[in-house]
Amino acid sequence: MNGRAAVLTAVAVLMIGAAGCGSSDKDASSAPATTGAGGASTLDLPKLDGQKLQVAGVWTGAEQKNFLKVLARFDELTGASTTFVPTGDNVSTFVGSKIQGGSPPDVALLPQPGVLQQFAKEGWLKPLQPAVTKELDQNYSKAWRDLSTYENKQYGVFFKVTNKSLFWYNTAIWEQAGLSTTPTTWEQLLKDGQTLSDSGTPPFSIGGAEGWLVTDWFENIYLSQAGPAMYDKLTKHQIKWTDPSVTKALTTLGQIFGRPDLMAGGTRGTLQTDFPTSVGQVFSDPPKAALVYEGEFIATNITQETTAKVGTDAKVFPFPSVDGGKAPVVSSGDVAVALKDGEGAQALMRFLVSPEAAEIAVQQGGFLSPNKAVAFSNYRDDTVRGIAKNLIKAGDNIRFDMSDQAPAAFGGTKGQGEWKDLQDFLAKPSDVAGAQKQLEADAAKAFAKAG
Amino acid sequence: MSQTLSPPSPAAPAAAGAPARRRRRTLRGRSWIAVFFLLPALVLLGALVVYPIVWSVVRSLFGPDGFTHFVGLSNYTDVFTDHQTLVAIKNNAVWVVVAPVAATGLGLIFAVLTDRIRWGTAFKLVVFMPMAISMLAAGIIFRLVYDQDPGKGVANAVATGVHDTFFKASAYPGAHPRVAGPGSGTLAGPVGGPYTSRPVSADGGPATLPLVGLQPSTLTGATQAASPSVCPQGALCGTVWLDFQPGGSTPGKIDQGEKALSGVRVEAVRDGRVIATATAAKDGAFALPANRLGASPVQLRLPATNFTEQYAGVNWLGPTLVTWSIIGAYVWMWTGFAMVLIAAGLAGIPRELLEAARVDGAREWQVFRRITVPLLAPVLGVVLVTLVINVLKIFDLVYVIAPGASQQDANVLALQLYLSSFGGGNDQGTGSALAVLLLALVAPAMFLNIKRFRKERSR
Repeated sequence: MNGRAAVLTAVAVLMIGAAGCGSSDKDASSAPATTGAGGASTLDLPKLDGQKLQVAGVWTGAEQKNFLKVLARFDELTGASTTFVPTGDNVSTFVGSKIQGGSPPDVALLPQPGVLQQFAKEGWLKPLQPAVTKELDQNYSKAWRDLSTYENKQYGVFFKVTNKSLFWYNTAIWEQAGLSTTPTTWEQLLKDGQTLSDSGTPPFSIGGAEGWLVTDWFENIYLSQAGPAMYDKLTKHQIKWTDPSVTKALTTLGQIFGRPDLMAGGTRGTLQTDFPTSVGQVFSDPPKAALVYEGEFIATNITQETTAKVGTDAKVFPFPSVDGGKAPVVSSGDVAVALKDGEGAQALMRFLVSPEAAEIAVQQGGFLSPNKAVAFSNYRDDTVRGIAKNLIKAGDNIRFDMSDQAPAAFGGTKGQGEWKDLQDFLAKPSDVAGAQKQLEADAAKAFAKAG
Repeated sequence: MSQTLSPPSPAAPAAAGAPARRRRRTLRGRSWIAVFFLLPALVLLGALVVYPIVWSVVRSLFGPDGFTHFVGLSNYTDVFTDHQTLVAIKNNAVWVVVAPVAATGLGLIFAVLTDRIRWGTAFKLVVFMPMAISMLAAGIIFRLVYDQDPGKGVANAVATGVHDTFFKASAYPGAHPRVAGPGSGTLAGPVGGPYTSRPVSADGGPATLPLVGLQPSTLTGATQAASPSVCPQGALCGTVWLDFQPGGSTPGKIDQGEKALSGVRVEAVRDGRVIATATAAKDGAFALPANRLGASPVQLRLPATNFTEQYAGVNWLGPTLVTWSIIGAYVWMWTGFAMVLIAAGLAGIPRELLEAARVDGAREWQVFRRITVPLLAPVLGVVLVTLVINVLKIFDLVYVIAPGASQQDANVLALQLYLSSFGGGNDQGTGSALAVLLLALVAPAMFLNIKRFRKERSR
């Protein structure tokens, strides 16, 4: 389960801010209204008059509406009629059962590269046509292309991605503490954190009740400190979690987790803070903390749950570099794959890989595209533009969320595996060796079961 | 049914005069009708109960990837060696012992106490009301009740309220000296105090004890900090103040606008022994008397009592308490159920027996112990067994209330079943093994209940 899906689950379970979750089924089947885009396209898309296409994805609410506009433009250009089918949280189960039932959607958006690999292995996916791969080679960095490849065949196009290497801060507290710059190194972050603490506000707000959030902290530190090559090895469990590089990363993480006075609510409070609360308490009045770490999707929480304005009250800086490494960019995203051979499916893939499709989505906000050809001017405001630049700039050093690539039993289940082990580490940061031992035991078990 | 099928007794008038051939045909016809009437029930039971049970048992003998790998009993050995499952079994044992007894006990007390009160029905209605709430909703309610933040969780609001009545919170929780940079080094110590200064002596001028870590806006009554204006000969004077103000200031120096931390206790320490104490005045100044100090330098220490954090309340959902907290939520829900059933049983007890006992001089406690409870025993048994079955399959409350970090510590079999089958592991082999185990645990309770029904019918 990726971060967003986990958030949705948590939100649904807790019934906090459940707006938008329930309405998805209704507007799902209805074809979208026309967009204001109009005009001719530079793309050479076939005429598909009267063809019906189905697209399946996890998106609901605003995300879905955004994507429906993209599909509407496709319909306008080709004459096809496309419908979007929401899959619920578990895409692989939904699409898998559709395929076994003999009526797969034409195109599906999968939230994890692991699902793409699994589907490709089953032979359910259709490889991309040369026209699409050509465009993909031009517009996408190798990191993204590799993630959508199985046995040297290109199967997917990452359409929407996240940038999970961001710190959001409350500018008022920042100024009150006398800070004028944002940190670019881990040491600087700790120092600024201390300055913030001195000013009377605990620096860090951490949603420790969410396992995925704690794993994201670790992944950023590990990617920057140990480097992309080691990150890939640990992702595939080619090195053990008892490796010295993990010791180092956990020790670094312990410099914050081991300081209850630097975390809003102390250790206990942190372990019970869910993700929406962790954002809310930074931008509420009075604020309970100065900084919150997570991806660009925090902007949505800020806008919906607080009165703070993104860009003025709430600003963002990239996750600092750790121990002289490159500043990390950890990402996740939804990859589009074709499940049918038809002309329609391939034409849609063709459209989704084009900057034109991405720009429609980008202009509506709440969307990051990994497509290099998308002009930054399409982003709505400087904050998102900066985040997008940061993402594109990282190029091949970008890495997909490690826990999302692990077997779900290890990297994607509440109260189990990596989620639980890192939460235990948050509760007891002095015991690095114990945490590593437990992580390795759980990883070994989960990877063995997944085969 | 069995009566219809048994051969008519010789005394039956219908059979007496009828020819043997006709009798047989009637019989055959009747048994066909019987099967016809039984069929829907048999099909339903078979499809909904027998088939799933058999399927689960078979499935539990296969690995995670469907019916491709026969693994024999290894799923069962997994179940009994896996740490998570063992915790679940242990917790289930706690649940089965504690929850039904607590709910039945409380129900009995409520039922007996409200039995003869005029407003008893109203009271019963209130106690019974939680039964109208779904487990999921009750779980969400109690997630809030047990919230760590006393501003949200009522349990901790009570806990902190009671605690703070008896133990005063310190004046400046979270205040600490600067750790690094300019203005640091005067005081040092572990997070939370005590903070100790370098050795100082009386003739070294006024001591400065700068602290940070408080928001100036929260110090509403505080005044401007100042250096001690007069200092008796030989005494050690100084100031404790908040060395921070928005917009910046010179660290380590008392700037205009910086507030005093009045009431902070300052100790003079030599060789680990406290030789003098003083309390900061309204302007933050303090003076340690000369007669106690002596000539050689001393260390100034701000004891931790100045900075004790506000009492954070009980960690209800932490690893140690979480199961008990959830049992509390369960008892809140099900006491009403027990109470209503017991009250019904109570209404059936002949009043004369109680009256007779009272006339014979029995005290109320004796009446309760020797008459009421024994007469209620069958009802209590039914309630207890029903609750035991209910508790064995407890899932929703645990799933909703326990936060991710302590879910493992609150684990129960039904939750473990769900987690290993669908929650990530997707190992329905182990899940089925757990289901069979759960069935085996519920079966004795079921058996007891059925036996009791039989006995009651035959009575």
